[in-house]
Amino acid sequence: MDPFTSLVSTAVVLRVDNVDTDQIIPARFLKITDRDGLGPHAFADWRYDASGTPRADFPLNAPGAGDAKILVAGRNFGCGSSREHAAWALHALGIRVIVCPSFADIFRNNAHANGMLPVALNEPEHALLLDALTHNPALPIAVDLASQSLTAAGLHCTFSIDPFAKHCLLRGVDTLGFLLAAAPEITAYEASHHAPVCCT
Amino acid sequence: MTAPQAPAPTHAPRTLVEKIWQHHVVRPASADAPAILFVDLHLVHEVTSPQAFAELAARGVKVRRPDLTVATMDHSTPTTPRVNGHHVALSDRLAAAQLSRLEANCREYGVPLFPLGHDRQGIVHVIGPELGLTQPGMTVVCGDSHTSTHGAFGALAFGIGTSEVAHVLATQCLLQAPPRTMEVRVEGRLGYGVSAKDLILGIIAHIGVAGGAGHVMEYTGPAIRALDMEGRMTICNMSIEAGARAGCIAPDEVTFEYLAGRPYAPRAAQWIDAVERWRELRTDVGAHYDRTVSIDASELAPMISYGTNPGMAIPVTGRVPEPRVAADEQQRATLERALGYMALQPGQPVLGIPVDVVFLGSCTNARLSDLRAAAGVLRGRKLAPNVRMLVVPGSQQVKRQAEAEGLDAVFASAGAEWRESGCSMCIAMNGDQLAPGQYAVSTSNRNFEGRQGKGGRTFLASPLTAAATALRGVITDVRTLA
Ligand code: SF4
Repeated sequence: MDPFTSLVSTAVVLRVDNVDTDQIIPARFLKITDRDGLGPHAFADWRYDASGTPRADFPLNAPGAGDAKILVAGRNFGCGSSREHAAWALHALGIRVIVCPSFADIFRNNAHANGMLPVALNEPEHALLLDALTHNPALPIAVDLASQSLTAAGLHCTFSIDPFAKHCLLRGVDTLGFLLAAAPEITAYEASHHAPVCCT
Repeated sequence: MTAPQAPAPTHAPRTLVEKIWQHHVVRPASADAPAILFVDLHLVHEVTSPQAFAELAARGVKVRRPDLTVATMDHSTPTTPRVNGHHVALSDRLAAAQLSRLEANCREYGVPLFPLGHDRQGIVHVIGPELGLTQPGMTVVCGDSHTSTHGAFGALAFGIGTSEVAHVLATQCLLQAPPRTMEVRVEGRLGYGVSAKDLILGIIAHIGVAGGAGHVMEYTGPAIRALDMEGRMTICNMSIEAGARAGCIAPDEVTFEYLAGRPYAPRAAQWIDAVERWRELRTDVGAHYDRTVSIDASELAPMISYGTNPGMAIPVTGRVPEPRVAADEQQRATLERALGYMALQPGQPVLGIPVDVVFLGSCTNARLSDLRAAAGVLRGRKLAPNVRMLVVPGSQQVKRQAEAEGLDAVFASAGAEWRESGCSMCIAMNGDQLAPGQYAVSTSNRNFEGRQGKGGRTFLASPLTAAATALRGVITDVRTLA
């Protein structure tokens, strides 16, 4: 996993609450066996009209949106299906930070697993950020993980993050490697707790 | 069995979730890292596993416990009726490639697979319980959010992403922070025509689609105890739609009776031991939940969703809410957007809205009792001419049992399609889908935009409401059918 330390970028704003992972990547695009190629399908049903033409009024189609590494959206982002394809699709779009008042639990884990930073701001600060972006859609936003801070124009906010997720993001920790290294303890556990059921 | 074997050192009263959690800790959480939690049962399907197996291959790692892993094919499999006992060929090249990848991975890593065409194939959350794989006190995971279903047995069961699927394949463990607990106490009893589906839709409408975030919800109270296992699975299944990590219900005699004699359930002396341990799996008197909500089942009517998330649900006799009375600007915008997508008017009664499709299926409501309930409404009657009804049993076993009872004939003579088992129109990956603009009453769990087909519009409801609606061709209160 690539580490995440800090970035400065413009943002794409999606003023929608409860953005579910079916919107981020519709199920018909899940018939893949690798992680690649999902970027063009991200938000497909919101992004393109029936003929497949990009909708001019969808924020991701705005000029310059392709450069944004930050997505600002509403409450409970990433709810619904556990599909990690949603994180892969956003990653493929170049998104590395998602700023919302709250996130769905599984999506937050999936984002962390892919070197992306979900930033949960409190509602008043999130509203101030949206206001600032309304006045200046090209506003650069600085996000720094070590200090857990987000800065944009006069706005300076801090956010909380699980300490282990922070550590893993900052150093690009291989969490599977971390678990594999616990093999002796897992073996000891298995020896003292015999299996409940055998599927074979 | 891995049910708790020793009391906690403190003897402090514990919740069901705490008991299961503590029993599965391989390494406790520290200041630097979350706990390492052991997984007793890992369920696998074709859509969320190929990248995880690829990760193992890239590292040259084996599946640590193929004996605790079970795979099936459900999401993208065809449900069109078999011809001369054979499945129709997969017309979808990508789906076919995904299925054969799962087959190859299971062969290579020694993971048992119930593939398309096997008499135990079915939706992953239907077959786990019916095979007796899911047992009280277990930790159960799957790369699928509706893994919460298995909590109905007093298991700690939750969905994970594909990176975590690789973690479990390779180590049988997950890195986890302990969940907060939330008691959802359900008093009273469900009235005539009101089912477990209506109860869970009522709970989600009450607490909201993020109301359970960060928590495991434990359902308690007399209305829960009165449910059979299939109703309890319906409840726990939709815990994720309230944003919860998981849902669970302490096991009792109903649970043990359901499990007895299932293919993978313990037998003879082991069964007696297991039941004795399982009886300890309940929240102790005086244990602390982080949150408690309560709801009275007696006050519930049949529920139906009107919007684009499962929290947007009202009594079937109700009216579509008015955005202008929303709590804040953002909620007003959310509601307006939903009503725009659904093409519904504020204040409009939902009764009488014409529908094009009725879908009876999914891991929420495609078990035998669901099919029986719907067949009871349809018996000797005909569907409205404007309605297409798909009946998709949750598994091959459910299908076979239903056929043994003649339910297939009831559906067929009413004019409904009797199909093979799978996820089907719940997720619309296999070609079973709504056309743009069509309305469906669906017994599934998600009414998100496009979930059942691009541009399709979903009303979530119970099997009873679905069947009543199929007869009339418009949204119908089953209690008003003669
Ligand atoms: S039936 Fe629907 S919700 Fe259940 S596992 Fe299949 S796709 Fe997911």
